[in-house]
Amino acid sequence: MPPETTAAPAQDVIHNIGYRNYAGPRLGRAYARRSLFSQSLRGAYGLGRSAKSKVLPMILFGVMVLPAAIIVAVSVATKMNKLPLEYTRYAILLQAVIGLYIASQAPQSVSRDLRFKTVPLYFSRPIERVDYVAAKFAAMASALFILTATPLLLLYVGALLAKLDFADQTKGFAQGLVSVILLSLLFAGIGLVVAALTPRRGFGVAAVIAVLTISYGAVSTIQGIALAQDNTAAVSWIGLFSPITLVDGVQTAFLSATSAFPGGHGPSAGTGVVYLLVLLALVVGSYGLLMRRYRKVGL
Amino acid sequence: MSASSGLYHPTVARLTYRALLGRRRAAILFALPALLLIISAVIRVMTGADDETATTVLGGFALATMVPLIGVVAGTGAIGPEIDDGSVVYLLAKPIKRPTIVFTKLLVAIGVTVAFSAIPTLVAGFILNGNSQQIAVAYAVAAAVASIAYSAVFLLLGTVTRHAVVAGLVYALVWETLFGSLIPGARTLSVQQWSLALAQKIGAEGAISSDVGLPLALVLLIGVTVAATWYAGRKLRTLTLAGEE
Repeated sequence: MPPETTAAPAQDVIHNIGYRNYAGPRLGRAYARRSLFSQSLRGAYGLGRSAKSKVLPMILFGVMVLPAAIIVAVSVATKMNKLPLEYTRYAILLQAVIGLYIASQAPQSVSRDLRFKTVPLYFSRPIERVDYVAAKFAAMASALFILTATPLLLLYVGALLAKLDFADQTKGFAQGLVSVILLSLLFAGIGLVVAALTPRRGFGVAAVIAVLTISYGAVSTIQGIALAQDNTAAVSWIGLFSPITLVDGVQTAFLSATSAFPGGHGPSAGTGVVYLLVLLALVVGSYGLLMRRYRKVGL
Repeated sequence: MSASSGLYHPTVARLTYRALLGRRRAAILFALPALLLIISAVIRVMTGADDETATTVLGGFALATMVPLIGVVAGTGAIGPEIDDGSVVYLLAKPIKRPTIVFTKLLVAIGVTVAFSAIPTLVAGFILNGNSQQIAVAYAVAAAVASIAYSAVFLLLGTVTRHAVVAGLVYALVWETLFGSLIPGARTLSVQQWSLALAQKIGAEGAISSDVGLPLALVLLIGVTVAATWYAGRKLRTLTLAGEE
């Protein structure tokens, strides 16, 4: 940006109607990026938007937290000596809710900017393409992290209140957190890439959910058949092809989770390295695709 | 009979058809059946012809996942985007009866859903086990019947709410898949189970099972389809256009 020269208005105008130039502080690129991040994060829960658009994310958040509250209540009341499920298993069990959340919120984050052609307006501010993509990506991943980590936190607090073993619970909670961080990054990347393809919100929703459920449906069907054939090696490899089984595989191999694969035949540590690499490649790849997508957007 | 008095209007049909199969929307409609066929071929090569495998793939993947998704895309896509961007007022301003509009759009949505779900299911069934025990035909018929009911229900959703796609997906995924597998009673109220009842009748004894009796299933299928279509026509008469939130 050019330096501000505000002292004297230019003399070479035909008719000076006396408008003043802006002389206040310029908050700059970092501020704009932070604002875009916080707006997108708030928007993902409908904050700062109409009451109607708060309904769905809040309901999904409630549905996500409710089972954790019930589990805590039951385990406190019946004085269990451990929680009835692992921290890492929680997100896998409630994957439908997470899928619906990312499918409904990713398009509202990016599709509307495309549809109303506000993207060029963003880029008339002192932000670059990388700021926009990074802010949207970080906001969506944070929103997903809030969605998936809150019930884990509830479980952890409940477990401590029930006087379960501190070291045990802390370890499980930490492993659960690592797993939902990976899940949030992966789902945010996939959701945003698919949603950014179309300016139509409804179509974006269908496309995101199709990518998530169809891949999961196909993978679990083939896994079921492979298990029936006693081909357990195939069961542990096929999980590479859908997002949620990818997360499941990584946490089975490295975060001592029990696999939700048919028959519990999750990947071993060796296969798990491939899972982890594919997961990281997908996160980086979706960031790259988003950068590519916004190279010529709205022009 | 003049064009405006019947229940079918060719121009509306052509516009709907082009809205459904135009541009990228068609990609999702082609990708799903293609994936089903690829999976079927892979499984056939991997395991050979096996009736149980065929039922797993056709029941678990085709009928449970693919048909509802295509139904959502076609059913809500037939009317949702027009209401969303407000261009439906130009259609409603024409001297065409609202039920005619709904019925025409429903026919197109059914046609698209059947073409992209029932036919691939039939082909996949033949790939998987060569129609042994009539499994391929049974599931294809079930997919076709389910397509009709899904199209009608999701078309109605498209006229009722702006979040028709999400609502449709919640029904298809959460209600039919999640609740259906946990609460037995939920299965009675599931399009998937109604169509399975028909498949059970067509397929060989014991090949396919449904939780709903055939007479009840047929009554519910027809009832839901007719009621949804009627109500969608009614809803279109009192449509108010809201701005983007």
